[in-house]
Amino acid sequence: MISVRALLVISLMTLTACSGGINRVDQGIRDQILHFGNGTEPQGIDPHTTTGIPEHHIEQALFEGLVGKDPNTLEPVPGVAESWEVSADGRIYRFHLRHDARWSNGDAITAEDFRWSWWRGLQPALGNEYAYMLYPIKNAEAYATGKLTDFSQVGVRVIDPYTLEVELTAITPYFMQLLDHESMFPVPRATIEKYGTPTDRFSLWTRPGNMVSNGPFRLSEWKLYKYVRLEKNPYYWDAAKVKLNGIVFYPTENTITEERMYRSKQLHITSSIPLDKVPVYQANRPHELHIEPYLGSYYYMINVKRPGLNDARVRRALAMAIDRDSLIKNVLGGVNFPAYSMTPPGTGGYQPPILFKFDPKGARQLLAEAGYPDGKGLPKIEILYNTNESHRKIAVALQQMWKTNLNIDVTMLNQEWKVYLDSRDSLDYSVARAAWIGDYVDPDTFLNMWVTGGGNNDTGWSNAQYDDLVQHQIPAMHTQKERMAGFYKAETILMEEMPIIPIYIYSTKYLVHPSVKGIPNNILDHYVFKHVYLEPET
Amino acid sequence: MWRFIGSRLLQAIPVLFVVITLTFFLVRFAPGGPFSSEKSVVPEVKRALEAQYHLDQPLIVQYGSYLNDIAHGNFGPSFKYPGRSVNELIAAGLPATAELGFYALFVSVIVGMAAGIIAALNQNTWRDHVPMAAAMLGICMPAFLLGPLMVLVFGLWLEWLPVSGWGEVPGDKILPSLTLGAAYAAYVARLTRSGMLEVLSQDYIRTARAKGLPEYVVVMKHALRGGVIPVVSFLGPAFAGLLSGSFVVETIFQVPGLGRFFVQAAFNRDYTLILGSTVFFAVLIVVFNLLSDVLAAWLNPRLRNGLSNP
Repeated sequence: MISVRALLVISLMTLTACSGGINRVDQGIRDQILHFGNGTEPQGIDPHTTTGIPEHHIEQALFEGLVGKDPNTLEPVPGVAESWEVSADGRIYRFHLRHDARWSNGDAITAEDFRWSWWRGLQPALGNEYAYMLYPIKNAEAYATGKLTDFSQVGVRVIDPYTLEVELTAITPYFMQLLDHESMFPVPRATIEKYGTPTDRFSLWTRPGNMVSNGPFRLSEWKLYKYVRLEKNPYYWDAAKVKLNGIVFYPTENTITEERMYRSKQLHITSSIPLDKVPVYQANRPHELHIEPYLGSYYYMINVKRPGLNDARVRRALAMAIDRDSLIKNVLGGVNFPAYSMTPPGTGGYQPPILFKFDPKGARQLLAEAGYPDGKGLPKIEILYNTNESHRKIAVALQQMWKTNLNIDVTMLNQEWKVYLDSRDSLDYSVARAAWIGDYVDPDTFLNMWVTGGGNNDTGWSNAQYDDLVQHQIPAMHTQKERMAGFYKAETILMEEMPIIPIYIYSTKYLVHPSVKGIPNNILDHYVFKHVYLEPET
Repeated sequence: MWRFIGSRLLQAIPVLFVVITLTFFLVRFAPGGPFSSEKSVVPEVKRALEAQYHLDQPLIVQYGSYLNDIAHGNFGPSFKYPGRSVNELIAAGLPATAELGFYALFVSVIVGMAAGIIAALNQNTWRDHVPMAAAMLGICMPAFLLGPLMVLVFGLWLEWLPVSGWGEVPGDKILPSLTLGAAYAAYVARLTRSGMLEVLSQDYIRTARAKGLPEYVVVMKHALRGGVIPVVSFLGPAFAGLLSGSFVVETIFQVPGLGRFFVQAAFNRDYTLILGSTVFFAVLIVVFNLLSDVLAAWLNPRLRNGLSNP
């Protein structure tokens, strides 16, 4: 009985161990430690074996590429390379590396580090899902897919320890942007080889104590399921400008919990915000709400092999019968932007064609022309979406709009994520919700995917003229103006044929404590952590 | 008694074998795979990934080598988290889950037994009806409702307790433990009440009272021992349930435990992690069922004697 009582007392003491401490937000401001809600537990922090946004955030703080991006304009700014030249034909880039760039263990970074890192990123055996980001480099694709085994034929050359030359297959105006992507970051050869082979996905080189990186921060602690803690990297060449002493990334899977953590001052920044909280913050604390357009499209894919839906007029009628303004206002909390094209307007200075608008009368007419007057005789349509409350709400709204405006009955089907992906991939659907987030700011990232047999073109749609434009004509164009005209032409074909129905442009929505300065205003939601700092509220 | 434990452990082997086999094939036949994602993976990359995880081998070979690994206590590498083994992921999540489960069990036993005893002693009065109504409410109210409610009241309005975390700020373990313990406390209360009612009507209780023993001795010493047997048999599976079923509570309170990752593993088709955690929980359930049976036998002489003289 005594032991039970002792247990009781001990447990109660542990449970109620009292006295409140200072909250993390205020303590963080004092110590310049940023507490960052990061969505999920990172898969890992090896830039070559990870793909998600939480991983991207951490890797952006840990590493630095040849060139970085200005947080506001997204223009290239010097990184490990202090300067660069581009050949007259736009295919050969020569980068001059700064002599004071160092790894977090003090070793110098040389051009060879980049060559080796890209070699690793392209190793077929590694299974790097982002290897395609290196494909603009000459022969990179052939090497990564095993068609070429001699890496010396890939367009990466070390001229001297501080000069790297890169040869591209074709002019790629967005190439400079890719250099800031994790797939192009340098990784520490000595460390990786110390803990395994270069293509070993199970290596322990990214563990605290083992890991070496070259960015403004370095890994100090990683508590699985709890947080990843970075500290300022004293060897970083621009360390004098880095104001934060550290960043702590939390796996905040549940947005409702995350918002509560924010409200109780445990986070400076959240990864998201529950939709129903948006109006509350808009009314009471609008300056803490960060809402910006985001380089992503939400759309419905159409299986063009299905009877009825194989007629472009039907597909266009469906697109024209959607009142996007009403959908955004009434279903999405007013924080997104209506989409009338696959590519978000303004992507790299590009303005897409607007070929349709909300027009119920025109839609009915098109449907009648296709042989389905007043919706009669149209084969059954089913909306497929992955199980998620907001996808469901949107599907319900569209079901209603199509009923009201076209008099067609649409059913809905939700599937768990991987099952849904499987149905999409095997064209086992009639209409499916989908989304695409751009990898870089150029229409190419939104239009290249719709070529015949494209890995993400799960619509069955194919158009020879479109393929030729996107795959051959545009890559051979020399000026940005020509390219944009080419994309305009391609998107015109896409929107006339309408294998996909654009619905809205994404926006980033999250909470930022007023003490946080240097948060980006760009459509990639790209953080440059070296410019972020905390300032007490006045 | 040892024979009883030994035979139960032997029975566990085929149970675990069936669990492993069923899970292994069920997850493989579920649509989608660990490497399917919104941005489709290039075929060459997919092949390389499958080779790294030996998914390119025939299923039966994979099954054989998995059984071999598991016999050596090796659950294999996780698909979702490169560089992490399933053993490591389970080991990292277990302390928080076990601690949370222990506190919740503690809450449920203390609160539940107290309520059950009070109710049984005051049968059909308000002191019976109120705790039992509360228990009914506790059973019916799901954790995803109770948790946020407690957070709202104690965390955000009264600002007494932290709203999330585990072992980071003082007091942050209280709300998750109470939330998880509540439903189980309710069951314990009802079981204690019915167990106590049955025992209190027995002859030996009347004898004890007739001897002139003080009421608290009658209740705490004579009645309780028999009255809690149903509770004890409930606690084994309940603790296993607390460990595996804390997904909701762990999510609401940002507890770095196993529950969340168990569920995520299924969504991610992280084959090895699904299998590893299923097997792990299966072992827990077998062990705790056995423990509660042993404990119940120890408390109940009739059962105990039956075991030693089969």
